[in-house]
Amino acid sequence: MAQANEKRPVIQVSGLKKQYKLGQIGGGTLTHDLQSWWARVRGKEDPNTVIGTDSRLFGQTFMALNGVDLTVYQGEALGIIGRNGAGKSTLLKILSRITAPTEGEIRLRGRVASMLEVGTGFNNEMTGRENIYMNGAILGMTKAEVDAKLDQIIEFSECGEFIDTPVKRYSSGMFVKLAFAVAAHLDSEIMVMDEVLAVGDMKFQQKCLGKMSDVAGQEGRTVLYVSHNMSTIRQLCTRCVVLDKGKVIFDGDVEQAIAVYMETTDVNVVHYDLTHVSRMTGSAGKRLRLETLDFLDKESSVFEDKEKVRVRITWRVAEPFSGVNMKLNLHFRDSTPVGITHPVDLGPAVPGKLYTTDFTFDPSLLGEGQYFFYIDVFDGSLAQAVCLDKPVTEFAFEVTNADLSMPEWAAGWGRIHFPPVQVLDTTAEG
Amino acid sequence: MADYRPQSPATPEEDWTTIIRPRTGWFDIDLAELWRYRDLTLMFVKRNFTVLYKQTVLGPAWIILNPLITTVLFNVVFGGLAGLSTDGSPSFLFYMAGNTVWTFFSSCINNTANTFVANSQVFGKVYFPRLTTPISQALTSLINFFIQFIMYALFWVGFALTGAEMHLTPWLIALPLVIVEVMLLGLGVGIIVSSLTTKYRDLAIAVGFGVQLWMYISPVVYPLSSLSESPRLRALMMLNPMTAPIEVFRMATLGTGTVSVGGLAYSVVFTLAALALGTILFSRIEKTFMDTV
Repeated sequence: MAQANEKRPVIQVSGLKKQYKLGQIGGGTLTHDLQSWWARVRGKEDPNTVIGTDSRLFGQTFMALNGVDLTVYQGEALGIIGRNGAGKSTLLKILSRITAPTEGEIRLRGRVASMLEVGTGFNNEMTGRENIYMNGAILGMTKAEVDAKLDQIIEFSECGEFIDTPVKRYSSGMFVKLAFAVAAHLDSEIMVMDEVLAVGDMKFQQKCLGKMSDVAGQEGRTVLYVSHNMSTIRQLCTRCVVLDKGKVIFDGDVEQAIAVYMETTDVNVVHYDLTHVSRMTGSAGKRLRLETLDFLDKESSVFEDKEKVRVRITWRVAEPFSGVNMKLNLHFRDSTPVGITHPVDLGPAVPGKLYTTDFTFDPSLLGEGQYFFYIDVFDGSLAQAVCLDKPVTEFAFEVTNADLSMPEWAAGWGRIHFPPVQVLDTTAEG
Repeated sequence: MADYRPQSPATPEEDWTTIIRPRTGWFDIDLAELWRYRDLTLMFVKRNFTVLYKQTVLGPAWIILNPLITTVLFNVVFGGLAGLSTDGSPSFLFYMAGNTVWTFFSSCINNTANTFVANSQVFGKVYFPRLTTPISQALTSLINFFIQFIMYALFWVGFALTGAEMHLTPWLIALPLVIVEVMLLGLGVGIIVSSLTTKYRDLAIAVGFGVQLWMYISPVVYPLSSLSESPRLRALMMLNPMTAPIEVFRMATLGTGTVSVGGLAYSVVFTLAALALGTILFSRIEKTFMDTV
């Protein structure tokens, strides 16, 4: 890390709070508001209250950030980690000025270039070159600045021969490359990245991480990086912050931060409301939407390896389906993928109904430890899956060992606890 | 490369470039920043054209086809069938003048009215001054207006050559002011509507209809002078901020119309008020809009 300028703070977050109102999300119509108002005036029940909504939550507030103090110095590559709902995305959104805080303030030195999603502001009808200018301008560059960087951007993006083709003909990988190339070559003093490297191939991911390290180390810019992928955090970051329940619970060394993050756990959550959770892709959650997920008959999602995990999901569709497939993507708590379940068909569905599906999952193959899964509902076969819904929520659970003859699960054993081999025969000679 | 000079002796309190705070104040628009993003505004203008006419057969020809067809229609329905007065000017030019100004105004409103809803995807992911979007829409309408104005000028020359009864007046000097005013009025009303549509989606539907109704209480298909018999209706018409611009436009180019400096001044004041109100509402909404979609 460049220490030439001593420690010059470029971001100073003090007492930052962000409050969201529950139950009042979304725009109504004027007639509904007037109806509700008229009902209140007459002391009658509001005709527009959605039946079945938890009235305790309605009008209640939720602190996404609950007093965050943080100082980031020039040239640092700061990792931000935390469980879902810990407040990472909210913090980045306030930093990128997409939404305003409720309390507290952030002071910044320099411009912020944020990449909260790949290719934001890209227009499909326009060519790669036109989109570079457009995206540069959205991120705060002038035309002259883009001109000066154009060759570098095109070279880094590896899209040279397609640069005058409309981006709607690009593969998703090319899209990511181009978008990242623009953001990385911006003359902004602060660069904010949220999970953007999750897409794209490994080789390009490494190239991006390398570029980001340069940006921070050599060019003296400051990088804020959010990821669930601990290995990229290790590789890139010089310092790491752990957020939990809207507060900073650790700030300092990367390895220690990862250890602290591992300790934070979601296994006490057995009910998840997915209605307002963001989705993995832009189109997910539109044609089909998962609404809730519950771990059944449990107060915490801790299971013995002989026990079946019982889950109930509720979902709705916006169009008729003759069948939809569901699979679980299992990960260890440090986000290492463990495996997927074989897809199952949830059956036909028509709009207007609330579907409830109960299923069980057998964790007996998993070694002791904490895991989470993503739920992925898709159309078509696994090879040609069109994602219908995939909330970003990590459904955490813990597997404990019922077999007392087994010692504590050792770090080098991987994650899978296969059944014992079948001994066919043992013979003795001599 | 950014320039990192060693820290100046100034106290650290003074050299923060941006301070993000909870939404406060009523007029919280950073005009300097808006100016810094002028390249983006121009790029949005370019994009508006690209997107609108890609994969259409006639492409930008629609810019002149639209008003041409409307003018012919007005000419037949209001001039021919209904026999409305045109203050003695050639009816074709009379309707084209009214329609050109009105199309400009209504497209300013219609294209800015859904700013927040139409851009929620982008607004949710990246920051830039949100006002660049409606301003770029208004500028797009302005370019369309210029093209239609040139067409109007060509027809004007054609009619002049055949010796039609019309003449230019000194009000021509006021024309640039009137054009800017119409644009700002459309922008002002548009951003008021766009701010309110974030809460009340039905306004988005109402606005198209409302603008259509507004046309009929503006002197587009009839001259203000045709109301001279009923002073009350006429007084009511004078409250409409679009009355003066249309009449001035006709007075300047055709030499007929009912114009007064007072009427134009009222219209300008109304425009500035609408623009100020719109900007205030817009700046309030833009900071927390993303929490409510």
